[in-house]
This record gives sequence, C-alpha cells and structure tokens, in this order.
Amino acid sequence: MVKIHERKFVSADPEKCTGCQVCEYICAMTKEGVFNPLKSRIRVVRLNQLINVSVTCRLCEDPACVAACPRDALTQSEETGVILVDEDKCNGCGWCIEACDYGAITLHPESKVVFLCDLCQDKDKPQCVEWCPEEALDFVTSDVLAQKARIQAVKKLFQEALKTTEST
Amino acid sequence: MKSLNGYAGRILHVDLTTGKTKIEPLNEQLAKKYIGGIGLGMRLLIDHSKPGVDPFSPENPLVLATGPISGTMWPTGGNGHAFVSKSPQSFGVGESKSHGSFGTELKRAGYDAVIFKGRAEKPVYVWIDDDTVQLVDAQHLWGKSPAETEDIIKEELGDYYIRVAAIGVAGEKLVRIACIMNEKTRAAGRTGMGAVMGSKNLKAIAVRGTKDVVVAKPDEFLEFVKVFHERMKGPATKKYRTLGTPLNVLVHNSLACMPTRNYNNASFEGAEKVSGEYLNERFVAKIIGCSSCAMRCEHVCVVPEGPYKGTMTRLEYEPLWAMGPYCGIDRLDAIIKGMDLCNYYGMDAISAGVIVGFAMDCYENGILTKEDMGDIDARFGNHEALIMLLHKIGKREGIGDTLAEGVKIAGEKIGKGAEKLAQHIKGVEVTGYDLRSLKTAALGFAVSFRGADHNRHGAYGFDVKGKVDRFKAEKGRGKLVKDMEDMYTIIDSLIVCKFSRGTYFDGFEDLAKAYSLVTGFNMTAEEMRIAGERINNVARLFNVREGMSRKDDTLPYKVMHLPVPDEGPAKGSYITQAELDILLDDYYEVRGWNKNGIPTIEKLKELGMDELIYIVEPKLKATGGE
Repeated sequence: MVKIHERKFVSADPEKCTGCQVCEYICAMTKEGVFNPLKSRIRVVRLNQLINVSVTCRLCEDPACVAACPRDALTQSEETGVILVDEDKCNGCGWCIEACDYGAITLHPESKVVFLCDLCQDKDKPQCVEWCPEEALDFVTSDVLAQKARIQAVKKLFQEALKTTEST
Repeated sequence: MKSLNGYAGRILHVDLTTGKTKIEPLNEQLAKKYIGGIGLGMRLLIDHSKPGVDPFSPENPLVLATGPISGTMWPTGGNGHAFVSKSPQSFGVGESKSHGSFGTELKRAGYDAVIFKGRAEKPVYVWIDDDTVQLVDAQHLWGKSPAETEDIIKEELGDYYIRVAAIGVAGEKLVRIACIMNEKTRAAGRTGMGAVMGSKNLKAIAVRGTKDVVVAKPDEFLEFVKVFHERMKGPATKKYRTLGTPLNVLVHNSLACMPTRNYNNASFEGAEKVSGEYLNERFVAKIIGCSSCAMRCEHVCVVPEGPYKGTMTRLEYEPLWAMGPYCGIDRLDAIIKGMDLCNYYGMDAISAGVIVGFAMDCYENGILTKEDMGDIDARFGNHEALIMLLHKIGKREGIGDTLAEGVKIAGEKIGKGAEKLAQHIKGVEVTGYDLRSLKTAALGFAVSFRGADHNRHGAYGFDVKGKVDRFKAEKGRGKLVKDMEDMYTIIDSLIVCKFSRGTYFDGFEDLAKAYSLVTGFNMTAEEMRIAGERINNVARLFNVREGMSRKDDTLPYKVMHLPVPDEGPAKGSYITQAELDILLDDYYEVRGWNKNGIPTIEKLKELGMDELIYIVEPKLKATGGE
C-alpha cells in the first residue's frame, strides 16, 4: 500500500494560476473527447481578478466521500489513493459531493453518476499538469508541497538579503 | 439537421418587443464565406436591417456572434465574442469584440449568433440556458454597473459559472460611447454597442451552456495547439506577457507619435511617470488570462495608496494614453481610477479619455467656460477634472450630456470652433497613434470601416518599426494596409486575440489550418485570404448602403492642419489633402474599388458576393461607373 507520503495528487499554485481554464479543456478532451468544462475533473475558480486557482481531488487520507456513500460505490485505491467509482452502484445521490470539502466531485451531465480525477492513470502523468501553460499545476506529494511552501516562505522573508547576494 | 464541428449550427433570434424567440439553422455556405465573429455578424446585419435605420430604433439589430473556434481550446481562440450593429457614433457599421469566457459559454449553449431586435417595454435581461431562452425583468438592475449586474444575476440564478455580458448606466442613458462588458474588466468597447443595447431596454445577456464542443480532427488539433503553446512562450508574445501594451508609452513618446493634450503635442513631458515600466513596478498586482489562453496578458492593477487607494482594474496602453497624456495627466493612480469609472458606467475608455481631452481643449480655448463645466477647472493635467467629467459623461449630467454624444456631435452642438478640436474619424474618437507622423497608419485609420481605429489594420507597425518612411505618403501603402486589413478581419471572425497575431508565423496558412482542423471544412490559405477580403468588402458595402464614400475616408482636423510643434524627430509633420488623396487612390485601386471608394461589380463577382451587387449599382451609376 502506498503511504500518504508517497501519494501524489494535482495541486495548483495560486501565485502562478491565471484562470485560463486550459486544464479544464484538456481534461474533458482527454477523458471524453470533447471540450466541455462540465466534463472536466478539474475546475477553475476565479474569486476576483487577483484570486485564481484550479481545484481537483486531493486524494485525502480516510476520504469523507468514501465514508459518505450509502451504497458503497466509492472506494479508494490502495495503490494510488485515487477514488474509484463503481458506476453500477452509484445512483447520483450526491452525498459524496456534499462531503467533499474541495468540490472535487461532480455529477456527470449525461451518465448521471459522479466522477473525479483519476490522475490520468493511462498516461505518463495527469494531462492538466502536462498542458498548463503557466506550469502552475504540479503532480506532487504533500511532503514536496510542504517543502516548496517552506522554501517560498523563507525566500519571501529574506527577499532583501537574497537581492544583495544575487547582485554581488 | 446535419451536425457541424466547431460551429454550433444555430442562430437565435430574440424579439424584445414581443418576447418571442426563434431558432434557425446556420447556413453552411454563409458560414464558410463569412467565417463567424464580425464577418458573419456584419453579413447578418446587412440581411436583417433596412438602409437608413436609426441606430437607436428597435429595427436596428444587435448581433452577438461567436467564432467557429470559440469553445475549443485553441489558444486565445476559445474565448472571443463579437457585437455588431449600426453604430450610433459613425452611423455606419459598428463592431467590437471582447474576450474572457462569455463566448465559450454561448457556444456551448449552442449558438453561433444571436440577433436581438425590437425594444422591451421595461428593462429586461435575456437568460439563455441552453435551449431555454427567457426575458427576465431587470428593473432592479437598472442603474447598476455591469459588474454589480453580473454578481446579482449569478446570485439570483444560483450558478456561479453563468457568464454575463451587461451594460452600465452609460448604456441605459444612450451615451454614444457605451460599451458592453463581461467578467468585470472585459469590454466590447468601441463604436457604441452598449448604447444600442440600452436603446432596446436590454440590460444584460446571461448564458449557461452545457453542451459539448466537438472538433473535426481532435488529435491533429491538439498537436497544433501544442505548437502554438510553444510559440506563445516565445518572442512573438513577449511584450504582452511582460510589460504589456503600456510599453508603448515610452516608445511612442520617443518617436513623437503619442498624441498629447488633444493633439496639441505629439510627445508628453510626463511620459516616464505614466510609462509601462512604472505601471508594472508600482501598480500591477497580477497578470491573468482568458479562457484557453496560453500567454496571458491581462495586467490587473491595484492602487496601493492615496486618494484612489484600493482601486483595482485592468489597464492597457490605449485607455492609459487617452486618460493620461491625451488629457495632459501624469498620475497613474488617477488614470487607474478613470479606467475603473469607465468600467463602472460601461463606457469605451479610449473614447471617454479623448472626449475629456477635447473638453479640456475647449476649456483652455475659452469655448467652454468654468460655468459650462459645472464649476470644474478643466485644465489639461487636472486629474480631478478627469474624474469629475467621467462621472458627468457616464450619467449624462450637466456638460456630460453634451459630451456623451462623442466629440463629433458634441463639437457640432458646442460650435464656436469646437468642431475643429474634435479629433475623430467617421464620428469615432482617435486612438493613441499620432497620425501626422505615421502615414501608413493614417491611411489605415482613414479607411477603417468602424472609424478611427488601430485595430482594423495595425498599419502603425510599418511606421513605428521603421519598415517604411513614416513621414512619407506614397504609392504602395495601399497594399500594405489592405493586406493587414484582410488578416485582421479574419482574426476578428475566427475570433482569435490580436495579441497572438505574432504567433501565426505562416499567416493565413496557420489560420486556415486551425479552421480546417476544427470545422472539417478544408480551407486553403488563399481561400482564407479571400474570405478576409470578402469581409472587408461586406463592411464597406454596409457603409456604402448608409451613404458613405470617399468623402468619409478622411482624417481629424488637426492631423491635416496642425503640424507637430514638438522639437524632435516629428517636428513639422502633418498630412495634406494631396497626400491623403495619393494614399486613398492607391488603396482603392488595390481594393478594386472605384475612385469614389465604391466596390465595383467585377470585384464583388470575383469575391462571390453577387447577391449584394444591388447595394452598389445605384451608387456606381450616380458617380458614372468606373
């Protein structure tokens, strides 16, 4: 079983994300062969002009969506942490949608069962990450994410000092 | 109905008088000939309007069109939409595009175009929810800004992802420079489309589209998208990704081709303070992108301190120039506030700035007094006067009621020589290129079908980059302008972003390939070029039908009568009637139009526009053929 430290998911850097929706386009195209954000497993949120970030499944430990499903249609893959949907069991009731804190689960407009990010298991890596023109999307573990945040924070804290070292 | 790729295959008619709607299939031949966007829109305008129609009459259609690639992930192409109507400024063809995400939504709702006609009895908004179209009461939205309107509509319809295009108070009050805005900071700005919308009592258009957009050859299409993503990271778009268009300030200033203080000068002593460099250092908080864009250009500015603290808006060169140098104002915080007010009232910020510059010129020349101005000391350079005048224009209050007519009509109303201070072409205010020393651009501006504008041809590029002698009017410029125009109409019909034009290394070849991969119609580069030429001709035909000809292809008074006074490279330059005639003769010849600027029957036949020959026949007879 893959431990939480090794489990990778797609994460967007709000500093870099411009809200361009390329991730939505490529996701729907990769998964369903059409352009339609309603069929994308990743969605962009623009709160205002300055605040843009795309959101998708974070492969939680003890996922609330799995626990919430009254029909046991959702399971978490032990190998990758991806949430698997048994489309025969799912009746689109939406309890998992309510349970997810990130809005990562949506109801498919046609099949009426829920769907979510599967990390493009049949490809080298998630296609949204591959296509993001700003390199705002990362396919990372929470450990690496924390490392990056830490380094950014320290860089910010010492930006004046860094400027001096760079110029000398 | 056979299903199309790229195109939605449907046109929606909304009659605001009766509340009735109708859907007709898109004519495939028309689509191939006029592509989409402004091309299709202008053709629909001709077909659905009568000659001489008043722009504010219910009979004047307002056409909203997407392009064949809208809704796909074609870089910058997924997101555009265009408004087309008879302009209340030029009384010829009006058109304006906007980007963001509104166009994608309309395409997914299943429409290539929407034609609004009639006038609602009370304010309404049109709610397009895929196949369901409703007129919804909008009395509670009347008086609200486009941004407020958008928020309220999303709230009351209960869906965050609904896209809204709306007018502000300026559109409601028929301010002739009113625009139609979407997503807070994006505007279909020029030629007064918002006033046409207001005349219909149409406050907003709200859209939710849930359908798929399908392309003919998805694999090849994605490969081609990838190529363009790479190109967009390269030098072709560097300007837009870094300093943005405000980079122009110092460039134009050094060439003395930045109209300053209502064309009294061609360079600005305060240029450094309003430069793109300073703007980015001090005010730009984030650069964001439209749907499907791989370059991102939208420089969002925030004022960090002072009287305008907290103001947040997008800012580009043109509005910056219009409300800055053109009014003699060297404060970026005030310019950002001015831009925000234009968004708030829903006005074209270029025209708004030029109108204020005109009013200041009238004031300094004693044509308008302090009393006329409502006690505003409208000297050039007074940033408070800019802010107060924008409020007045937006609300049509006091002097603002006259100024809201645009400089041409306002100049005529004010009289006393104000006409000569009104810098416009075909009633549309000038933009940030001093035409006195940019003579290729001057031709482009003179013949532009939507009036004074840089975005119909981009011919300033030849002058500014030194590819031609910019002080000279000579044969050969006609072809330069024509070729650019034909390219630009395709850009606006597909609709892709002008900022991405540099990534089309192979010009029409690339554009035709993108179109073919999306639609499955195999179009060659030459066929695409001809479509561009056809679209320029359809625009001209509309203007000819409305009585325009060579006499209207002219330049602002000061461009032809006030030589550049500034010491420096452009000193003494201006454009004489003889020079303009050389340029026009050359242009009409390469266009295949007669001396009076009327498209010939042969040319229209060559372009496959036989059914529109009826428009030119009487005009050609009147001028003795040729």
